[in-house]
Amino acid sequence: MKEIRWHGRGGQGAITASKIVAAAAFGNGLTGAVMIPTFGTERRGAPVFSSLKIAREKIYDLSPIETPDVVVVLDHLLLKEVDVAKGLKQDGLIVLNTPKPATAYDFGGARLAVADVNALSVEAGLPPGRVNSGIIGVLCRAFDIVPFESVLEEIANEFAGKKPEANARAARLCYENATVREATAAGVA
Amino acid sequence: MHVIETGNTAAALAVKLAGAQVVAAYPITPQTPLTEKLSEYIEAGEMDARYVPVESEHSALGVCIAASSAGARAFTATSANGLLYMHEQVHWAAGARLPLVMCVANRAVGAPWNIWNDHQDSISQRDTGWIQMYCCDHQQIIDDTLKAFRVAEATSIPVMVCYDGYLLSHTYMPFAIPDEDQVAEFLPPFRPSYALDPGSPANLNTVTLPEVRLDVNGELAHGYMEIRYLLQEDLRNAVQVVEETDAAYQAIFGRGGAPLVEPYRCDDAEYVVVGMGSITYQLRDVIETLRAEGHRIGVLGVRLYRPFPDAAVAAAVRGARGVFVMEKALSYGYEGALCSDLKSALYDHLGELGTAPSVKGLVAGIGGREIRTADLADALRSGLAGSVPDPNWIGIQL
Repeated sequence: MKEIRWHGRGGQGAITASKIVAAAAFGNGLTGAVMIPTFGTERRGAPVFSSLKIAREKIYDLSPIETPDVVVVLDHLLLKEVDVAKGLKQDGLIVLNTPKPATAYDFGGARLAVADVNALSVEAGLPPGRVNSGIIGVLCRAFDIVPFESVLEEIANEFAGKKPEANARAARLCYENATVREATAAGVA
Repeated sequence: MHVIETGNTAAALAVKLAGAQVVAAYPITPQTPLTEKLSEYIEAGEMDARYVPVESEHSALGVCIAASSAGARAFTATSANGLLYMHEQVHWAAGARLPLVMCVANRAVGAPWNIWNDHQDSISQRDTGWIQMYCCDHQQIIDDTLKAFRVAEATSIPVMVCYDGYLLSHTYMPFAIPDEDQVAEFLPPFRPSYALDPGSPANLNTVTLPEVRLDVNGELAHGYMEIRYLLQEDLRNAVQVVEETDAAYQAIFGRGGAPLVEPYRCDDAEYVVVGMGSITYQLRDVIETLRAEGHRIGVLGVRLYRPFPDAAVAAAVRGARGVFVMEKALSYGYEGALCSDLKSALYDHLGELGTAPSVKGLVAGIGGREIRTADLADALRSGLAGSVPDPNWIGIQL
């Protein structure tokens, strides 16, 4: 089983993004895909997280992820509020939307993928702040679990009638422009 | 066809497939997305039904009671304090023998105010005369909701389909959507044995005397006690109707087979954990961990809670040395209601054999307190070592 924990802000679309990856995984035979949002007293802008678990077999445990393989962060400013890397597995991956280069971060030497998803998504034709299709591109670049083409198909399905081309373009631009920093030292966050 | 959607969407799809004709509901989280979906289906013309927006849950069920009395297939849904606000009408619907279906996205009740999951809302409706089913995943939500209409109409008893708020209502997971033609085969249109008709006015459920008496046609009519006795008798017999309905569903759709209790690794188990809802699936992973440590332990999900399948529960734990009942609700002032029900079943069915297992109650996840899988394993490890945690509320910090 692979466990992907998504950190975003209320209204940012982290749930939609992880649902897209779940659907692509399901379509590729990973039929145990479940996505569990964790609900607090959230409102727009507040930190939220959700748990995406992917496996070949049915998943019975719907408790929130404690030891993620991957942490996806939709807003780099969350790093000031939330310990996003908590429990990250050894050899784990952090996927981060940030305007800064990967060298600006430490994360205890963990593997890190970054892209300026905000800017690239606007370049793709999305309104400012729409980052949930772009961040999937960064994830797919660094984490090989589902073919990127399947993910693009699911993006087109999910955003049917809501700029599907621009969303797919954003994912592709972010995929192509992501920087992946391999783990250094022990690679433990 | 498989989709990855929420539990609320699974329920809404079932209600649409069932061809419910009247939907009346008042929004309350975490149920709201279910009735929002239904209003969208109706607005889009995908579902031929009347959506009645109301000002309260009491009215929502009142509308459904009226619609059902007039012969319509009616549906509502709610959670928590909304269900409590309905309570008087909940009793009424069962006493009036109306085949309604209601989904309950289980949530804690106030005070203090809390929007998260536990089972106190529907457990508090235990004694109303409704049939109650508890779902463990989205496939069971869509399948059970369809079965609920058939069971309700076969027994003239309303059915509550309960599923964990957020944990199931808002979680996305894959499930199969039953084929429309096959649903039509499984669930033909509702043919009420009696329906209100403006051409033939009638009073229903007026003051009914303690004693039997002659009715307007000069025939001996039941008193209140007879009517209530028949509800109890029909509820007890509904266990079999639930089994038959599940068998019919399985014959068409290939899913089902455990409509009363769902055992997992119970066959050779020395210890059995008993619970309801999604926690019983979470416990499957705990069982695997404990089995790997050498414990012969299994988990039993109670899927039908009312009528209580006492014989099936007792049979499932027969031969075990100990039972742990893991609950998300209490009969305040005593213990978990399921724990009491289970002990009663064991006394009736195994008491004379002198082989009834010991029973320990555990409480978890009240008001949405996170149920860590590791904490479940730890609580059961101490139970297996002879002492359940004291207090028996898992994760409590006093």
